[in-house]
Amino acid sequence: MDSYDVIIIGGGVVGCMTARTLSRYTLRVLLIDQEADIGMGASSANSAIVHAGYDPLPGTLKAKMNVAANPLWDALAGELNFPFERRGDYVVAVGPGELARLDKLLEQGKANGVPGMHTISADEMRHREPNITPDTSGALWAPTGGICDPFAVTIAAAENALQNGVTLKLDTAFTGFIIEGKKITGIHTSHGDFGCRWVVNAAGMYADEVMHQAGVRPEFQITARRGEYAILDRAEITISNVLFPVPSNISKGILVTATLHGNTLVGPNAENLPDKEEHSVSPGGMAELWEGAKRLIPSLQPRHTIAVFAGLRASGNAACATPGVDYGHDFVIEIPREVEGLVNLGGIESPGLTAAPAIALRVVELLKDAGEKLTEKHDFQPIRPARPIFRHLTHDEQASLIRRDSRYGRVVCRCELVTEGEIMAEIHGPIPATTYDAIKRRTWLGTGRCLGGFDMPRVVDILSRELKIPPETVTKKGPGSEFLIRSTKDVEVADAH
Amino acid sequence: MPIKEKYDVVVIGSGPGGLAAAIEAKKNGAEDVLIIERDVEPGGILLQCIHSGFGLEVFGKDMPGPAYAQHFISDALTAGIELLLDTMVIDITPGRRIFACGKHGGLIDIQARALVLSMGCRERTRAQIRLPGTRPAGVYTAGTAQRWVNVEGYMPGRNFVILGSGDIGMIMARRLTLEGAKVEQVLEVMPYLTGLTRNYVQCLMDFGIPLHLSHTVNRIIGNKRVEAIESIQVDERWQPVPGTAQVVPCDTLLLSVGLIPENELSRKAGVKIDPITAGPWVDDGFETNVPGIFAAGNVVHVYDLVDWVTEAGYAAGRSAAQFALREREKERRHIPMIAGLNVRYIVPQAIDKENLKEGDIRLQLRVTQPLEKLVWIEISDGENSITRKRAPYARPGEIITLTIPQRAYDQVAKAGQLRVDVTKR
Repeated sequence: MDSYDVIIIGGGVVGCMTARTLSRYTLRVLLIDQEADIGMGASSANSAIVHAGYDPLPGTLKAKMNVAANPLWDALAGELNFPFERRGDYVVAVGPGELARLDKLLEQGKANGVPGMHTISADEMRHREPNITPDTSGALWAPTGGICDPFAVTIAAAENALQNGVTLKLDTAFTGFIIEGKKITGIHTSHGDFGCRWVVNAAGMYADEVMHQAGVRPEFQITARRGEYAILDRAEITISNVLFPVPSNISKGILVTATLHGNTLVGPNAENLPDKEEHSVSPGGMAELWEGAKRLIPSLQPRHTIAVFAGLRASGNAACATPGVDYGHDFVIEIPREVEGLVNLGGIESPGLTAAPAIALRVVELLKDAGEKLTEKHDFQPIRPARPIFRHLTHDEQASLIRRDSRYGRVVCRCELVTEGEIMAEIHGPIPATTYDAIKRRTWLGTGRCLGGFDMPRVVDILSRELKIPPETVTKKGPGSEFLIRSTKDVEVADAH
Repeated sequence: MPIKEKYDVVVIGSGPGGLAAAIEAKKNGAEDVLIIERDVEPGGILLQCIHSGFGLEVFGKDMPGPAYAQHFISDALTAGIELLLDTMVIDITPGRRIFACGKHGGLIDIQARALVLSMGCRERTRAQIRLPGTRPAGVYTAGTAQRWVNVEGYMPGRNFVILGSGDIGMIMARRLTLEGAKVEQVLEVMPYLTGLTRNYVQCLMDFGIPLHLSHTVNRIIGNKRVEAIESIQVDERWQPVPGTAQVVPCDTLLLSVGLIPENELSRKAGVKIDPITAGPWVDDGFETNVPGIFAAGNVVHVYDLVDWVTEAGYAAGRSAAQFALREREKERRHIPMIAGLNVRYIVPQAIDKENLKEGDIRLQLRVTQPLEKLVWIEISDGENSITRKRAPYARPGEIITLTIPQRAYDQVAKAGQLRVDVTKR
């Protein structure tokens, strides 16, 4: 049985950021994920926003982690080479009735320690965002808000962790703990047992089930709260700001935001679902989305949609531990007393993406507090090298890239201008992209207005060639999601039953 | 052959529109003509259209797509037209500078005296019709499935539901059935067929494939691969009729829900796009608002027949050669074409009346609503009739062609605009 110092369950942004942070130390770390790729849960379907931190209630872990993490993002983006822009964000009041809420948010932001916030007039808001509703009555401006590509963040963190010695096992599902007395000594998985001294439970939607297996927090439950989104064609309309409505008690509301890919993103709504694997988009949800979006930007048109998707927030029911703070959906970041060797990261919904770097640092503190002697590696490599992105280059740079490697000359995705060279780099990358969706998340291929109609047969062909597998076994997102059934020359004989 | 830095005429795309434009440009005196094609073979989408139905108007005989394309490929090569394959144009400027890249030629920078856009069209996707449900493997546009079956030789499913009664969808229903798949049903949200009647008869009726009008897909079911779809009836405002939802087990949903001209490059060059056709605004010489940039074929508006694409390509190629040779006057006196009663759009969007001296000018249009009775299609100057013709019906799925006769020159010359109405007789 292979043994590790730390096993991290879950390769979402929290798990990957934790793996990267732990890779600074002389620890043997294993990161497992049940899916065919990392980042397939909430990390790949969210608003892609690095929050300033005025939204969570003061005193909550959500507020602390958010505000602690926000300033870390610039350095992180530099080291890990992922795109990040600190554009700031607005909470836009519509009609006179909402202005009072802005003041309350401003107070909350100050209490949380968010720097630089102030309110602006309706005229100033109209000046900064010409598409804004004429009914705006003013806005709250938070200059430290930012936007990122959450999948790029997740993969960059994971790749850097691997560079620094972390082992990654995909398609590997946690099935139970190996416990001796009160101490966790390993885990059972779908691919055998692994020994360890520590388990970090970063299982996202399933973090409750993982801790229950260790007999911890039986009352803790994660509910899948669906958020639906629409992405708009950048050729039709481009909103370059991050615009929130005035929040309700249960969510930040339906926002309209710029993305780093230039397309405007609209969403999310919030709906609790009984099924943790329900990723469908609903007609009612779409109607709700457009109602919310048009309230901020009346000129947005549903027909400009180029993609719709739904993400699931892992919404927990843990009470805030700070005395006097009445809040029932806080993060769980703890070493529980019931067993030895477990770190729980549970209920990490929004602002979980923003908070991930601070949560990872908190894991280090918790381990130190538990008596773990952490020694920094002398050869830790903080820089994760970037790979070329053809569409971001000037024509001269494109020309020299193609001269160096001719595969960068063949455009496979016409809408997003993704080349065969980029696809090859990901298939043979540090965390090999072996499915269509894995390539899509890494290169942004197939996300444009033809939704992969052009590139799909070509990518299936490339994957088949590079992985040396028949085209019929190439998948969209792992086993069971094959694109093709058989060659036209093959004949299927009907089953006798 | 090495690629030159300058060409008289550069054509983007080697589908039927591009091939015809290049051939006609050469025939009209352009010396250096280059076609840039992103695929490894010339011919465009025709190469995957192995069914017949091509060539009746141009050649007077029925041909499969690849044979139709081959005719023009051979003519182009014989005429000395240069063909740059496996090369994608990534940028064009209003001054007709073209940047393209390929695996073999690197990044190429070419200056064209005249440029013909013939990038064709792309298929509408599930997002554009806002199809709810999950995002599994097994949801494909009909054209993508057609490429897999006809070009690559792979079946993308066993049991199909097809959404949309467009031509590609109906043709694929027949094709998949012949390849051993089961097409459960074809759903059409409109109360009428959107493709050609002949395809309904030959592809659906002859194979016993049911067509359900006023029906759509309510949601897609299945997380990894499509397991079923839920169909639902819609009312006249496309709203679901409660109680009509039905789960139809299938492993593949094909979408044939319309085509959109592909104009991302056109926009980069500052070409004005007509919001109705989603293609460039063009005049009767198929010149766009940017002097020296022409457009031909489905990039302008989506045609019913490839033969008409070829004819549009000829016209654009002729104008492009004239421009390159400086025979085409720079100044245009455009008379706008106005879409009147029950007319959705007209191509060209404007005409130069001086061209009427050379001959009739052809217009093509689509109606908004189907009229199943005898109709009048009338061109007027807004008040007085210029010409009109009769038709047995007018349907949105079928383009109506009519001409402004040369003899109408005097009347047209005085008009500030021309208007077309399609009305019941």
